[in-house]
Amino acid sequence: MNLPLQWQLATIAAVRSETPEVKTFSLHLPDWMRHRAGQHYDLRLRAADGYEAQRSYSIASAPETEGQVQLTIEKINDGEVSSFLHEVAVVGDRIEVRGPIGGYFVWEAALGGPLLLIGGGSGVVPLMAMLRHRAAAGSRVPTRLLLSARSYDDLIYREELDALAADGSGFEVFYTLTRSQPSDWHGYSRRIDAAMLATVAGPLGRTPLCYICGPTLLVEAAANGLAEIGVPANRIRTERFGPSGS
Amino acid sequence: MANEFVTRGFVGKRQASSATKTQRIPPGQHEVKDFPVLSAGPTPRVALDRWSFTIEGFVREKVSWNWDEFLKLPAQQFTVDIHCVTTWSKLDTRWTGVSVDTLLEHVELDPRAAFVTAYTFEGYTTNMPLPDILNGRAFVAYEYDGLPLAAAHGGPVRLVVPHLYFWKSAKWVTGLRLMDKDRSGFWESAGYNNHGDPWKEERYTGD
Ligand SMILES: Cc1cc2nc3c(=O)[nH]c(=O)nc-3n(C[C@H](O)[C@H](O)[C@H](O)COP(=O)(O)OP(=O)(O)OC[C@H]3O[C@@H](n4cnc5c(N)ncnc54)[C@H](O)[C@@H]3O)c2cc1C
Repeated sequence: MNLPLQWQLATIAAVRSETPEVKTFSLHLPDWMRHRAGQHYDLRLRAADGYEAQRSYSIASAPETEGQVQLTIEKINDGEVSSFLHEVAVVGDRIEVRGPIGGYFVWEAALGGPLLLIGGGSGVVPLMAMLRHRAAAGSRVPTRLLLSARSYDDLIYREELDALAADGSGFEVFYTLTRSQPSDWHGYSRRIDAAMLATVAGPLGRTPLCYICGPTLLVEAAANGLAEIGVPANRIRTERFGPSGS
Repeated sequence: MANEFVTRGFVGKRQASSATKTQRIPPGQHEVKDFPVLSAGPTPRVALDRWSFTIEGFVREKVSWNWDEFLKLPAQQFTVDIHCVTTWSKLDTRWTGVSVDTLLEHVELDPRAAFVTAYTFEGYTTNMPLPDILNGRAFVAYEYDGLPLAAAHGGPVRLVVPHLYFWKSAKWVTGLRLMDKDRSGFWESAGYNNHGDPWKEERYTGD
């Protein structure tokens, strides 16, 4: 019998701004457990009268980072939990969490590749955990990340991604900016479509292992686009952060 | 563990909903007005002329319906609250479909049948004790809100088991397999609870 996942009181050890709308929270956990890249934690907030709100957040840090987890959270306008974390929570505050959770949208170096990661907005978070794990494990499986964001300033982890892409381990990163682009922009400037996927996925062969995460519409478009260019459905794993849209 | 730990500074954005509505939201859930889409992989598009629905396993003789036959089965309207393990709940969703009770009238159950696996053409499975889908507790739906069920929401047909977390309501379902022993399905083998009662917060393995 598996033990239930216990709630524990994490302490916010650090807060870092990633973009104007996105912050990374480093949480110290009394009962840290090694996770698999792609898993998430559930987080629970409780008001004095007992009212509760609970949400899921992907783990951004690598399993190799022990004793703590990093959660990267986008502020949703009017969002109950994300705006509390952005506007009220500070270093030293304690938050109830439990995890790690999820056994499907996960990648471990032992699973191999080639690896195609596709993210939209904060959907890059679990993919970043995979890339950090890949680097920490010294894996050299050919890997490509296609990341979609509204604008250049909205690209989460850009500097770290560019540095990883320059380290010669076989990782490449592609950006598409859907709303506004800097004047000297060389990346893509449109929503993800089959032509873009064909270009990015092409060098990885016919059956890359694909992980897609982000808003529903982006996930649908990317998953259907990959199917269109012939990637078998059993090589495509998706995770949707909501909201609906369809 | 401090079971009633209060988060510093948290008040929450309570929806101005009536008390009776609040009572319909299980612990740890919150009400949404839209209809989020969650699934493990790409949305399959099923050709209706090749679609069929089968009941098999611990039954005397298995039975299958093609699309036209399935539409001729006695249909009912259902208005139910649904609860997703990712913490959203949606109240008063309206569906049209066929009760599992009606489907099972077409087979003779082996007395050893005690569990059921709902499966899809793509190989997704989810498991339940048989009583969880009997006596009006589950139906196979092909219309949502008066319109044909969209592929993203599981069309052409999905199982709906409103009293369990929504991953039990298999999208794109193409059959039910009756079994004598329980066998973990897709999410149930990946850390999610084997039963999934939202009122008991049976979210993950061991809850
Ligand atoms: C497995 C999983 C992992 C997740 N990982 C992350 C993560 O790493 N980082 C992260 O920032 N979020 C992540 N999410 C989303 C997160 O759980 C919350 O849904 C999100 O933070 C919004 O919660 P909220 O309380 O702030 O907003 P709510 O009060 O729940 O919603 C307010 C309004 O915003 C809309 N809304 C909800 N979510 C979004 C969204 N993502 N984009 C736009 N509008 C939205 C709602 O429909 C509603 O109208 C994950 C979700 C899942 C299921």
